[in-house]
Parts: sequence; structure tokens; C-alpha cells
Amino acid sequence: MPSNIFEAFSDPQLGRRLLAHLRELVGDEPMLMMEVCGTHTVAVSRAGLRSLIRPLELRSGPGCPVCVTDDSDLAAVVRLAKTERVTVATYGDMLRVPSSAGSLAEARAAGADVRVVYSALEGLKLAQQRREREVVLVAVGFETTAPGAALAARRAVERGVSNFSMVSLHKLIPPALQALLSPGRAALRGLLLPGHVSTVIGSRAFEFLSREFALPAAVAGFEPLDILGALITLVRAAKAGHPAVYNCYRRAVRPQGNPRARALLEEVFRPAPARWRGLGVVPDSGLVLREEYSAVDAARRFGIVPEESMPAPGCRCGEVLLGRIIPPECPLFGNGCTPGAPRGPCMVSSEGSCQAYYRYERGGELVGRRG
Amino acid sequence: MEGVVSLAHGDGGLATRELLREVFLKYLDDPALRRLEDSARVDFPGPCLVLTTDAFVVSPLFFPGGDIGCLSVYGTVNDLCCLGADPLFLTASFVLEEGLRLADLERIVASMAQATRRVGVRLVAGDTKVVPRGMADGLYVTTSGVGHIPPGTDLRPERISPGDRILVSGTIGDHGVAVLAARHRLLEGEATLASDCGPVHRLAGAARRFAPGLKVMRDPTRGGLATVLKELAEAGRCDLLVEEEALPTDPAAAAVAELLGLDLLYLASEGKLVAVAAPEAADAILQAWRQLPEGQRASCVGEVREGSGRVLLKTALGGTRELHLVTGEPLPRIC
Amino acid sequence: MEVCVMCLAVPVQVARIQGSTGWVRTAAGEVRVDLTLVPQVRVGDWVLVHAGFALQVLDEEEARRSLEEWRRAVEHL
Repeated sequence: MPSNIFEAFSDPQLGRRLLAHLRELVGDEPMLMMEVCGTHTVAVSRAGLRSLIRPLELRSGPGCPVCVTDDSDLAAVVRLAKTERVTVATYGDMLRVPSSAGSLAEARAAGADVRVVYSALEGLKLAQQRREREVVLVAVGFETTAPGAALAARRAVERGVSNFSMVSLHKLIPPALQALLSPGRAALRGLLLPGHVSTVIGSRAFEFLSREFALPAAVAGFEPLDILGALITLVRAAKAGHPAVYNCYRRAVRPQGNPRARALLEEVFRPAPARWRGLGVVPDSGLVLREEYSAVDAARRFGIVPEESMPAPGCRCGEVLLGRIIPPECPLFGNGCTPGAPRGPCMVSSEGSCQAYYRYERGGELVGRRG
Repeated sequence: MEGVVSLAHGDGGLATRELLREVFLKYLDDPALRRLEDSARVDFPGPCLVLTTDAFVVSPLFFPGGDIGCLSVYGTVNDLCCLGADPLFLTASFVLEEGLRLADLERIVASMAQATRRVGVRLVAGDTKVVPRGMADGLYVTTSGVGHIPPGTDLRPERISPGDRILVSGTIGDHGVAVLAARHRLLEGEATLASDCGPVHRLAGAARRFAPGLKVMRDPTRGGLATVLKELAEAGRCDLLVEEEALPTDPAAAAVAELLGLDLLYLASEGKLVAVAAPEAADAILQAWRQLPEGQRASCVGEVREGSGRVLLKTALGGTRELHLVTGEPLPRIC
Repeated sequence: MEVCVMCLAVPVQVARIQGSTGWVRTAAGEVRVDLTLVPQVRVGDWVLVHAGFALQVLDEEEARRSLEEWRRAVEHL
């Protein structure tokens, strides 16, 4: 007996039955769907689900915020890290991502002060503890993480923490999906939508998917039952031709999201064009600090200007992020590009598709597939 | 004790002797050590010596469930026990940072002494050096250990064969999670999360009674259970199949692992044993382990199959995925 | 294997509130979280925590309904 209702969402018994039901519904018909969120990519692979649901094929999309950070932006941050008196505070994942200027980890090994923090507020605390350093937070993330950074920005200004600033590399999901699907949704039959982004922006934010693209989409949580339940809903909707946005994570997602979080984002940031790895420049898809928060804008303080740069030769992260190819189809996969020696972000980010496939999908076709 | 470690303490002369007498010998009470000579002469029971060495750089120095002192004793003792040896002697070498509080050094040394007594191992030789502020984070300890293997003991992965069972003596990943939580000061107030830092000599001794059914033992430290199993599978040239639902985990460790996005399979334990044994021996070993307080959660987590060195995990949903060696930057300064 | 907390969020119960700071109860002890984004939260509520913040108050009734719906969907198996 679970001690609280939320534990029931990882009940393996119900999970196995939902899986059986999903396979029943899928039958023999190959279907292509996409999971947008990197956390979903990992959850699906870790549970061994990807191969269990065939012929339903789940492809990963541009849902890993570290992976979609463009090389030019990361290279600019790495160059900043090499500046005297600057301490770069970063979420763990960015540390080893390669860029045309090297990685933050390489910069650190060469003497730069790079610290891993778990939250934007931890970055602010670091600045308050080390007043002699210029602490710059590499603020990467989607709408789930941006409110935390917004709060850190607001507090920094309120408390006059003048040695704190951030490089806002935040990105927004709906415009990216818009850009992804605009050329045509191809064979895609459904989308699994990010549960925690939706917690902030609300399920209503995705209604354009059915309106403009006639695509069924399901907001899903991250427990195995959540993913299976959402896939069942998507398969039913796809087969019946009922495009709509289905909220399958109602315990956490409201149609309007979290108004307080959205207001905070509105107050601190404004949308601006942003360059996405794989997608190029997407209008209104990034968040930049508003004028009132220019005091904590590292781009301004340090005159950061990203230079056009090319990804590593042979790296096909861009296509992986668009779901055009799956990781094993990249010639570098496991062959010059591994988590220990990555050529691109998808292999090194803990939510990158290539890393998920490398860790969880290699050798997966093993003991007894169906049953 | 008041004050801090100074560079003078590393002079090799009067100040060093003072430090040794007032801190180290106060707790580490061994006749060989007391002679303060460069080497120790000891009596050894017979042929077949087991040797090991480990450096300890854990941060923070003190964490719930242990500290760098007891960790440096148990870590080395446990390596000896895994080969089926009786741990007999330890040496310890300290690199102290100028500015380390003597009160902290005392606590660590006292903890080491207590650990040696708990296991019944003698710490017979040591060394201390002092480096300038900033050159060592508090202190680093390296311990070396010597043990004696009774004749006829043959524990190695090559003996693993299909049908053997995979046993763990208790919950996995506790130490790794506890150290990370302490480093990031995640928990406040009364925390139930603690490292499992402790000796496995009784667990190893209990398992050894069931040789030759017992094939090999390992302690799942850095890299966790998954890494140890991968090493065994490759050396044993077989496949190991593990059931996710059979893995014993501590609810506190699991909760923090989830909060931090970590996988307990790859996190260190510092007081647990993994054993591979033929089925009847396996049952007997589990029974014997469960009699010990440190073996209450002992479980069979899988079995050995014909294969080529893969570790396969059967997930709760019925899927199977392969466990690989973790690559990339490991979690720093866990041991 | 550095930790990534990009979208990871876990349900935990609120044990204490002091202004906009809260302490949530986990099996390991209490963890401090920032409650600024959930001003309506009360002690005893379950919240979703991400990178030190409570993102949303969880609806236990909706949780029950989702589970019910899924259980019914597989009854025939």
C-alpha cells in the first residue's frame, strides 16, 4: 500500500496492464509519435518502454534545454569563464558540453572558476558569499526552470547583490514546436507534451497544435503510468482522427498553468528571437531580461556577443533534435562520440537523446520482446 | 584541542613529534606505531598475503554516518575482506592542509582508532605531511592494508557459472547519496539519511563458510552496484541478469536520489557486499547475512546466464535494458 | 554523471511554512523549498518541487480520478 496517492503512479502492476492495453490498441499499425521533453526521453528509455511499445515508435524532439543551446551561445560563455575574477555558476549538465571554444569543464581544468549549482538561487547565494568575484549564472532551461531564475534576478536587484548576473539562455517550448511543425508534420501522429513546462504555462498554451496542425497532443507526467496513460490517449485519438490537447497530468497541470509563475516571468523577462541548435533562429522563442533588470544582465555587463560558429564536423545533433534521425543513425554514435568523449550536447546532457540511447537503448533488443 | 595545523607540524622534527604524540598516538594505540619508526615489524601467520591501498579524498570530511577517518579504515579493510582475507595490518599516510582545525583532526583520528578496534585490525605505521593552505582540502588520507588468506581460498570472477545467484548484503547507493546531500546541505533538522560506512568483515566471514559454493565477493564502492556487476560479468565472461524490483533500497536514499536525479545503481555503498554463489550456497549465505544487523536487507537480486559480459536489468514494467559502465565525469569526491 | 535537474520534479508534502519559505518532508528528512510560486499553499498540501522551488500544489482528487480512469481502462484484461 503506498503511503500517499502519488506513489501509486509508479505501481508496476498497473503499469504492466496499461502497457498490455496500449499494445492491444496499437495492434500491428506502425505509428510515429514524438516526445518533446528530455525528461520524458530518459523516463521512457529507463523503463525499457521504447522497444516494448513497437510498432508505435516514439522519437525524441527538441526538449533538452542543454542540447538546444546553440554553439555560439555556449562558446561565448566559455570565453567569459576565462575572464579574471569571473566565477561561472552552471547547472551540472552544461559542464561537459563541447563547444567551438572548448567546454566549461576544460576551462575549469585550465584554471577557470566554474561551479555547479542546483538552482538559480544557489547561484545567487554563491555571489553573496564571494563578494570579490563576479558570479555569472548560465541560465539555461525552459519554462519550468525560468521562474526560479526570474526570482533570483528579482532578489538580486532587491538586495543589491551587484556581483551577480545571468546569461539568460532560456527558451520557450510552444514557439519551438511551431517552428518544428511548420514545414509540415510529416508522418507524425501525436505529441507527448512536457508535463512540468505545462505546470507553468498551462495546457491551454498548446491548443494551437490541434488548431493549426490537426495533431493530437497529450500533456503527460513522468511516472511510467503517466506516460503509458498519455500514450493510450494519443493512440486512441490518432486512430479516431480526434486532434485535441489532452491533459493527462491533471493533478499538476491546470489549463491556465501557474499564474504566479507566469506573472513573474512576464515581470522579469520578455520574449526575443533565439537561436536553437537544429532549428536556427526562432522568433519569440527565447527569454531576455527586461530593461528594469539590466543590472543583472551579464550579456550587457560583459558585452557578450555570440559569434557565428559551426558545430563539430560530423555532428548531427541538430537532426536528432528535430527527430529526423534517431541517435544510432548518426555515424558518430558510439564511434567517436560517447558520453565520456562527446562531440555534441545530445551525447553528454543527461537528457540528451544520444546519451539516453547510449545508456539505455544499446543492447536493448534482448530477452523476450513481446511478453 | 585548540588551534590549527601549521606548516611547522610537517617539519619532521619537534613539532611533528608533538603532533603525533598529542593527536595520533592519543587514539591510535599500537605498540608498533608507538615506536614512531619509519617501518613496522610484525608477525605474519603464513603464506598468501593480500595487499591493498586506497586514497580518501571525500568531501565533506564529516557526513551523516561517518567521516574520512572511519571511511579510510573500512574502505581498505573491506577490500581485503572481499578476497577472502582476514584483515591484519594497516598503514595510514596523511596529507594535512595548513589551517586544518586540530579539533577536527582529533575527531578524525579518534574515529579511525575506533574503526580499527571494531574490526580488530592493527594500524602499525603512518606518515604525516603538511602542505600550505589551499593545497589540500582539509586533509587527504591514504591507507594500505595487509591481510592473510587461508590456504585453499579461491574467490575470483572466473569461477562464476550460469545458474549462480547474485546477492547483495543490503541497500544500495546509501553512501553516495548521503555524501552528496551533505555537500549541498540539502537536508535540515533531523535527517534519516546516512552513509552506510562500515566494515564487511562479518558478512565476508559468514559467506566464506559456504565456499566452494561461494565464487566471488566485491564491495560496490565508487561506481556502485552496476559497475561492480559489469566488472564481474566481463571478467567472468557471462551475462548477469538483475531484477529491478528485487534491488533493496533505503526509502531515505531513494527519496534524495529522486530529488537530485541520481541513479542508486551507480552510487557508492561503503559497507555492503556483493556475492555470487551457487544456488544452495546462496540460500545459506542469505540466511547467515540476515542474522547480522548489517545484513538485514540482504537479498538475491539476480542470476548468472551464459553470455559475453553484459549486465541486463529487467525493469519493473517487464522490459530489459543493458547496464553499461558509466562514462564521463563521475560524481566527485564521494570516497 | 553530474546531476541534471532540468525538468525533474517530485511530489513532497509541506510540513512547515514561514513566509515564502517552506520545509517539505521527504523520507530522508526535511528539505527547504521556496514557496513564492505557490502562495495558496497550506501545511499538509502536496507540492511539486523543482530545483529548490515548489512549482504547483498537487490536486489529490485529480490524482485519484486519473488512477481510477486507468484502472477502468484495463479492467477487461
